[in-house]
Amino acid sequence: MAIKLPIYMDNHATTRVDPRVVEAMLPFFTETYGNAASRSHSFGWETEKATDLAREQVAALIGASGREIVWTSGATESDNLAIKGAAEFHKERGRHIVTSAIEHKAVLDSCKRLERDGFEVTYLPVGKDGLVTAESVRAAMTDKTTLVSIMLANNEIGTVNPVEEIGAVVKEKGALFHIDAVQGTGKIPFDVERAKADLVSLSAHKMYGPKGIGALYVRRKPRVRITAEIDGGGHERGMRSGTLNVPGIVGFGRAAAIALAEMPEESARILGMRERLRKGIQARVSDTFVNGSLQHRLPGNLNISFAYVEGEAMLMALKDVAVSSGSACTSSSLEPSYVLRALGVEEEMAHTSIRFGIGRFNTDEEIDYVIDLVARKVDKLRELSPLYEMVKDGIDLKSITWAAH
Amino acid sequence: MAYSEKVLEHYENPRNVGSFDKNDPSVGTGLVGAPACGDVMKLQLKISDDGIIEDAKFKTFGCGSAIASSSLATEWVKGMTVDQAMALKNTQIVEELNLPPVKIHCSVLAEDAIKAAIADYKAKRSATGATAAVSAATASQPGATT
Repeated sequence: MAIKLPIYMDNHATTRVDPRVVEAMLPFFTETYGNAASRSHSFGWETEKATDLAREQVAALIGASGREIVWTSGATESDNLAIKGAAEFHKERGRHIVTSAIEHKAVLDSCKRLERDGFEVTYLPVGKDGLVTAESVRAAMTDKTTLVSIMLANNEIGTVNPVEEIGAVVKEKGALFHIDAVQGTGKIPFDVERAKADLVSLSAHKMYGPKGIGALYVRRKPRVRITAEIDGGGHERGMRSGTLNVPGIVGFGRAAAIALAEMPEESARILGMRERLRKGIQARVSDTFVNGSLQHRLPGNLNISFAYVEGEAMLMALKDVAVSSGSACTSSSLEPSYVLRALGVEEEMAHTSIRFGIGRFNTDEEIDYVIDLVARKVDKLRELSPLYEMVKDGIDLKSITWAAH
Repeated sequence: MAYSEKVLEHYENPRNVGSFDKNDPSVGTGLVGAPACGDVMKLQLKISDDGIIEDAKFKTFGCGSAIASSSLATEWVKGMTVDQAMALKNTQIVEELNLPPVKIHCSVLAEDAIKAAIADYKAKRSATGATAAVSAATASQPGATT
């Protein structure tokens, strides 16, 4: 079968919208285009009905009720609303927040802002496996801790945290539990009751839905209260004002329903492709290292370092394959991925990491094409690499005094 | 991020990839950068007794712009006198390759690599007591030494 280039294998960044989702959305641009808050005519009633169905669909994916879903513009807004909203509302009770060093920037930067506003934040370290342990959460919590924010799955290395164990500890200590579940929902089973979650951030475009629509699950029993970030018409029970993005919401609902129905088959198929890729690469390329736990990992994630080959040069070599790198050669700081650094991956290895994100629309043929391409390009770049040459000559790279620049 | 045509061209077809024997007295080796920074360049110059750079080779661990900068540097210095090569500025590489600000360090590294290679050559010559027709001007070696 002929392969269509370029191949998209960056499904942690975003996903292609499923054609079934697009189909569900289309009528809501030109036919059923009312404002869901309009109470006086059928245009409004029709769209409200559609957004209510989508609430149920999204809620069903995480074991929640539709009335616990607050629509947002995306996961960044959901994380901001959950963290700042909960911290602000409960600040009389305490001003301490616990999170982890490998959270998404939307969580970390929300916490940093709270620190500037006088809150105290504990950033839990992770082990080499990239996992946050319930024990470390327990040890960090004090009687002033009002919120714990831990991600379900990491966006770079795909590791899946033991959120059910962590949730039990958080509840035992009486704080609120926020989970950034953006990368995990729709890919692996997740249930707000089992995780004892109070607030959960969700995003449509990571699960074959449209961009610009997200949700925050806000528990009703017992009722979780947060301070709104966006004031206005009092939509979403006052927690998030603004006219609803109806086509986006409908698309999110459809995407959630598809994910829920197809998850068992799909996750097995994607895991099969991921393992085909990993084994295929490792059979042909020496000195590769998978970053983070292989066992506790999203089915579609492979984050792998190719020693002696700089990540951005690899990206250039793989120009017909859309992937990303933990090398930050493009960032002005020249610092490699903070996630890999938090795992204790040495900087030189972090610079050589490539993230493959396999998704619904990838095929075995594409995987085989990528394996062959990666193997050939690593060989080529190692021929160019002074480090590879030195190692082959028996020089220990650590014995050299490098001049940092 | 989009790369300039010239960066892509050098990246796809790097010139003068390879190594000389670093113990050859006519060879100067510059090794600059650091793996932890994501850039290491090894640039070697083969220099005649009358101070002409007869050949140049490189190997680079780094991004496409770093590879292109070192490839271009080896191309340029061939046929130059040592003094001419010492006078090469990173800004000339930036201009030739249309490097964006975030990639300027790649050109700096290439300039450093040339200077380090020449310094290594001079150090070798003075150690063996050979009198080369190279100028007495010395560059402090900015890079790493093995």
